[in-house]
Amino acid sequence: MEVTLEVRDLRTHFFTRAGVVKAVDGVSFTVRRGEVLGLVGESGSGKSVTGFSLIGLVDPPGRVVSGRILFQGRDLAALPEAEMRRLRGNRIAMIFQDPMMTLNPVLRVDTQMIETVLAHEKVSRAEARARARDALGMVGIPSPEERLRAYPHQFSGGMRQRVAIAIALLHRPDLIIADEPTTALDVTIQGQILAEVQKLAATTGTALIWITHDLSVVAGLADAIAVMYAGRIVEQGPVGEVLDAPLHPYTAGLIGSVPSRNRRGAPLRQIPGMTPSLLHLPPGCAFRARCARASEACLEAPALRPLAPGREVRCVHPLLEEAQA
Amino acid sequence: MSVYVLRRLLQSLLVLVAMSVIVFIGVYAVGDPVEILISPDADQLERERAIQALGLDRPLWEQYLVFVQRALQGDLGRSFVFNEPALRLILQKMPATLELAFGAMVIAILVGLPLGLYAGLRPESPGARLIMAGSILGFSLPTFWVGLMLIMVFAVQLGWLPSTGRGETAALFGLHWSFLTANGLSHLLMPAINLALFKISLVIRLTRSGVRETMLMDYVKFARAKGLSPARVTFVHVFKNILIPVVTVVGLELGSTIAFSVVTESVFAWPGMGKLIIDSINALDRPVIVAYLMIIVLMFIVINLVVDILYSVLDPRVRLEGSR
Amino acid sequence: MSEAALEPAAAREETPFRRFVSEFMASKVAVGGLLVFAAVALLALFAPWIAPQNPYDLAQLDIMDGRLPPGAVGGSGITHWLGTDDQGRDMLSGIIYGLRISLTVGVGSALIACLLGASLGLLAAYAGGRTDSVIMRLVDLQLSFPTILAALMILAFLGKGILNVVIALVVVEWAYYARTVRGSALVERRREYIEAAQCLALPTSRILFRHLLPNCLPPLIVVGTIQIARAIALEATLSFLGLGVPITEPSLGLLIANGYEYMLSGKYWISFYPGIALLVTIVSINLMGDHLRDVLNPRLKK
Repeated sequence: MEVTLEVRDLRTHFFTRAGVVKAVDGVSFTVRRGEVLGLVGESGSGKSVTGFSLIGLVDPPGRVVSGRILFQGRDLAALPEAEMRRLRGNRIAMIFQDPMMTLNPVLRVDTQMIETVLAHEKVSRAEARARARDALGMVGIPSPEERLRAYPHQFSGGMRQRVAIAIALLHRPDLIIADEPTTALDVTIQGQILAEVQKLAATTGTALIWITHDLSVVAGLADAIAVMYAGRIVEQGPVGEVLDAPLHPYTAGLIGSVPSRNRRGAPLRQIPGMTPSLLHLPPGCAFRARCARASEACLEAPALRPLAPGREVRCVHPLLEEAQA
Repeated sequence: MSVYVLRRLLQSLLVLVAMSVIVFIGVYAVGDPVEILISPDADQLERERAIQALGLDRPLWEQYLVFVQRALQGDLGRSFVFNEPALRLILQKMPATLELAFGAMVIAILVGLPLGLYAGLRPESPGARLIMAGSILGFSLPTFWVGLMLIMVFAVQLGWLPSTGRGETAALFGLHWSFLTANGLSHLLMPAINLALFKISLVIRLTRSGVRETMLMDYVKFARAKGLSPARVTFVHVFKNILIPVVTVVGLELGSTIAFSVVTESVFAWPGMGKLIIDSINALDRPVIVAYLMIIVLMFIVINLVVDILYSVLDPRVRLEGSR
Repeated sequence: MSEAALEPAAAREETPFRRFVSEFMASKVAVGGLLVFAAVALLALFAPWIAPQNPYDLAQLDIMDGRLPPGAVGGSGITHWLGTDDQGRDMLSGIIYGLRISLTVGVGSALIACLLGASLGLLAAYAGGRTDSVIMRLVDLQLSFPTILAALMILAFLGKGILNVVIALVVVEWAYYARTVRGSALVERRREYIEAAQCLALPTSRILFRHLLPNCLPPLIVVGTIQIARAIALEATLSFLGLGVPITEPSLGLLIANGYEYMLSGKYWISFYPGIALLVTIVSINLMGDHLRDVLNPRLKK
């Protein structure tokens, strides 16, 4: 399958007064056409910053310091801002976390959609409007013609996220980066939106990076999964394999802390401790302070290494035996 | 919507009543009403007749009712100095003050908004730092002293602008306005700039902090993620959001501008309400003082009311809440 | 500070107060403002020993020395570095003594207003209910009217005079303090340590002044700083309008007003230098206040 995006050794650092925060520190992954990649991690793991780095919207004091972002063969990290802007919202779209905040409260929905069309294509306003209306219809908003004239606050949270998704779809992008787009929504609405996004990705061939902390979302939606911890990917591979037999203790811990029907009554496992501060990251494996398997060897930072076909893990003591057992 | 307006009207009426009580107590209880309302030149017989005629021998609450009754009929007493109804005297001077205040507001917006926008968009740039330092200066400079310095530089030293007075006026709607003639406009310019200084600083700060807060909003980032040009993001997405608070505050500041024109009018001998009130305080022409206070309180209440209603019209979110 | 130890979030080695001092010192501009203001305050404090002349002692004034330009030597042999006014008063001495009056009136009224406003604000926050709404209605009413108008109103009722100016300034300012203190007191009230103090059945006044007030201090400092500057400016304005201090003991505003008529004939110094003194004082206070607000405003902190 054709590769849409290939990220190689991406590093995004924030140069704060207190010191350099390495929010993203050497992240590599690949997304193919029509593929859904679930980028998983706790808050502060650098998954959102990774998303913003891809689209070139990291604000000062942060900046992409090194690495390559090859989108259809072009390196976005080296692209001038003007050309990057031509891709944004056009070939690469982004959906944000909080639908209550992503639409401008004082502009009508039609204004916000039409400007997106006109930013990338020379069409008449009437045509742009028709496109906007069709996009609203596509994401399941009833009577779109009427809703176009409404202000964002007249929509519910779920409907607003549909509007945001419709805006992302206006130019049929090749890549959509979705930053926890369903976290703020009700479970039922979350389900509907997931189903529709999956359908759209499958039919249009759009590649999708779905950033989330919710493993159950990834399980149902993604083809591949990349687990991030303290600015690095600690494990990646096909979603089924990783979730069934995690190799990294952190992945195993994440899966263990999801309540499940099968383990009803059994105490929920939890990962002890807290995510480390990226400002004072100790050398070696970032997870070692919270890891039951940590040893002297973990004082040296492990590299991401392939352990099984299509699977990579950044751990000195991967859960190989348990996985087989 | 109409319920909201009605409620606001009722509130305003309450404030007006409260203020009339304060002014009444100020005049009748703190000061000596005889001294305040009767010309100091009057002899004993005249005084007693006046005390009876004014009802000063009656209980305070009754006097208040009479005061309100007369005020409602537009009778706020007669000026000792000009021997004219105080209300008419003030209304005559009102256009001069209004045109000065409006001129100052226009200058404040035309100068403050672009500077504040720049300072908010590039907060670390030397230009922005200069603007912010200037705004501190604008807050710190005593208006009357700046007025004097303006006169010294532009009227005395350079001779570019006239130092005092309104200049030629032209009639519009039966009132006389300076801004309609070139000569009047040249008289208006310096006082208006003087009065605007403080408000320019205010608009700069409001705009800057508004821009800085709005730039952090998700919807601005989303607008950029849509691939919009920086100009569109700034002038449509950011600007429209900050315009609402800025317009609201500027509107609310109109009242304070009118009040502060007291100082500017004194410096530039601008024949408006402010100059009249200072002259009246110095001449102990108390009916005019009372009339001025009541008029300006009324103006304040009307301005606040209008701005509140305008605000609800401007902001779609408030509009919706009002209609519920 | 035992109160600081009760602050739950405070780390042991870094008290809020110490962090506040170090953050304040981080800005050169603010420290500069502090130094200038300290210099001005010292000048005013030691005026009789610094000023070349006692400007209030009419015996020392010689009308023949009237309106001398800066640098001229007067009949008594004093060099008038900043010139003299129409009475033959040495402008430098007049300014130093004028600063004294301006600062006394400004700082004094700000302190009284602070005491009054903070007490009412605390009371409103602590008592709540009807007391709170009555006090806050008053605050709203006060704040909706521009300072100059309220001051004019009071001076119109009470007449001119320095005491009445102080009263007017206090009436104009108290509401800012009340609103500020009430706001932060309401936040602090819900904290555990107040509940703990209440459980220990400490007297209300002790809870109010020993526990609540210290934690409302940061915003109060900001408001206080800015209000002192505003009080000094307002006093100068009122004196300029002829409603303030008596002509025999002129504050800066009155000195400026005295020079008004001579300025049109080019004798700028009578108005110019007192204005500069006023400006330097107010700017130095505002620079401190401005930076204090940035330091103490959690919204702008990242």
